[in-house]
Amino acid sequence: MPKITYIENGGNSQTIDVTSGLSVMEGAVQNDIPGIDADCGGGMACATCHVYVKEEWLDRLPKKEDGEEDMLDMAYEPNKFSRLSCQVLVSDELDGLVVSIPLKQG
Amino acid sequence: MIKTDTLIIGAGPVGLFCVHQLGIIGLKCEVVDNLDKIGGQCIELYPDKPIYDIPAVPECTGEELTNNLIKQIKTFKTKFHLNERVEEIKKVEKKWHIKTNKGTEFEVSSIIIAAGVGSFEPRKFSTRDADKYEGKQILYSIKDKKIFKEKTVTIFGGGDSALDWAIELSNTSKVILVHRRDEFRGMQASIDKVNQLKEEGKIEVYTKSQLSSVQGKEKIENINIKNDDESIKKVKTDYVLGFFGLIMKLGPITEWDLNLDKKTIPVNTENFETNKEGIFAIGDICTYPGKLKLILSGFHEGALAARGCFKYAKPDEKYRFEFTTSSKTVKGRLGVKE
Repeated sequence: MPKITYIENGGNSQTIDVTSGLSVMEGAVQNDIPGIDADCGGGMACATCHVYVKEEWLDRLPKKEDGEEDMLDMAYEPNKFSRLSCQVLVSDELDGLVVSIPLKQG
Repeated sequence: MIKTDTLIIGAGPVGLFCVHQLGIIGLKCEVVDNLDKIGGQCIELYPDKPIYDIPAVPECTGEELTNNLIKQIKTFKTKFHLNERVEEIKKVEKKWHIKTNKGTEFEVSSIIIAAGVGSFEPRKFSTRDADKYEGKQILYSIKDKKIFKEKTVTIFGGGDSALDWAIELSNTSKVILVHRRDEFRGMQASIDKVNQLKEEGKIEVYTKSQLSSVQGKEKIENINIKNDDESIKKVKTDYVLGFFGLIMKLGPITEWDLNLDKKTIPVNTENFETNKEGIFAIGDICTYPGKLKLILSGFHEGALAARGCFKYAKPDEKYRFEFTTSSKTVKGRLGVKE
């Protein structure tokens, strides 16, 4: 099963086995990782599952769909490493992915 | 003080259908919502997106669903208090007293919380000290545009609100528009207009930039705008406007001594009552074993919660189940002419 590492804002890091096909957001919510709120439940409608992807992973993730960048405009302190974790689906190719969670989501 | 049977908090689809369910069993209610319009997430987050899992409605948008729900409850002439947020609730003998942020007061026998993920509020600047100037020089909505006349206004954001105000205010103010990337996401006509005004020197535009700091004492004197390339531009400005859309916040609900499980309120599945007698929770905000965050589940929860409210509103009467197809009483309440 692919392993995803979530780094909390305080630096605390957890590596979790996440079933392929789930989103990085679902992996966090199902494992009670703090800091990923996902208020809209994965509908790309709220920007509260915002994460920063570790640099070396940036180009290896599937490209952003229309609308994700628009939604990221509303996230807390977005930058070029920003993604909405509900839009990143876990697969074997993403085994080892590292994401950092912002200080807050709103 | 407004006296009614039930107060519904939240005018989303679940709150709206609950108005219907209260209405057909003969209870009166009013609705409070912090948004400026009826419809909740359906109207604010996805008015144009199709929904495919409303029973007997193969496909509809958030806006169509809202309009149909409004039509379905029209006969009850329910009063909606929009742009208002419930702040305090207090038990006074057998009634609940409720106060909103605008000072409206209610006395009811039950409360139904259908507040989704909380009330919609503007997203704010995260910059240090930005809250110090909020409501004075840093604003997230515009009540009176006259205050900007002949002043310098720096607008942050890349959507329609930011673009529309940049265009509008450029007639009478010096406008600086700042966005975190070089693509705007508003209507094409607005983007074209902003570009034209930029060419004409009527709007200054900084893209790939964000607010990095605010400087001043009593008043803001300068702000620093940081570009992605780390360079900083110091700007003298009178007002700073932020248009970053809305975020949902649970807000005062957390202070009402209700049991909470993360951002949801545990309820029983018999009538969706919370740990407080006479307070019910339905829709996305409630939780119980097997809870699904679906609109259709919220409709069911509202139907049962409405019946739960009955005994508080009419303690001396016995609730009798009736079908809308056959009951004369119910048809009367619906205003159906036979």
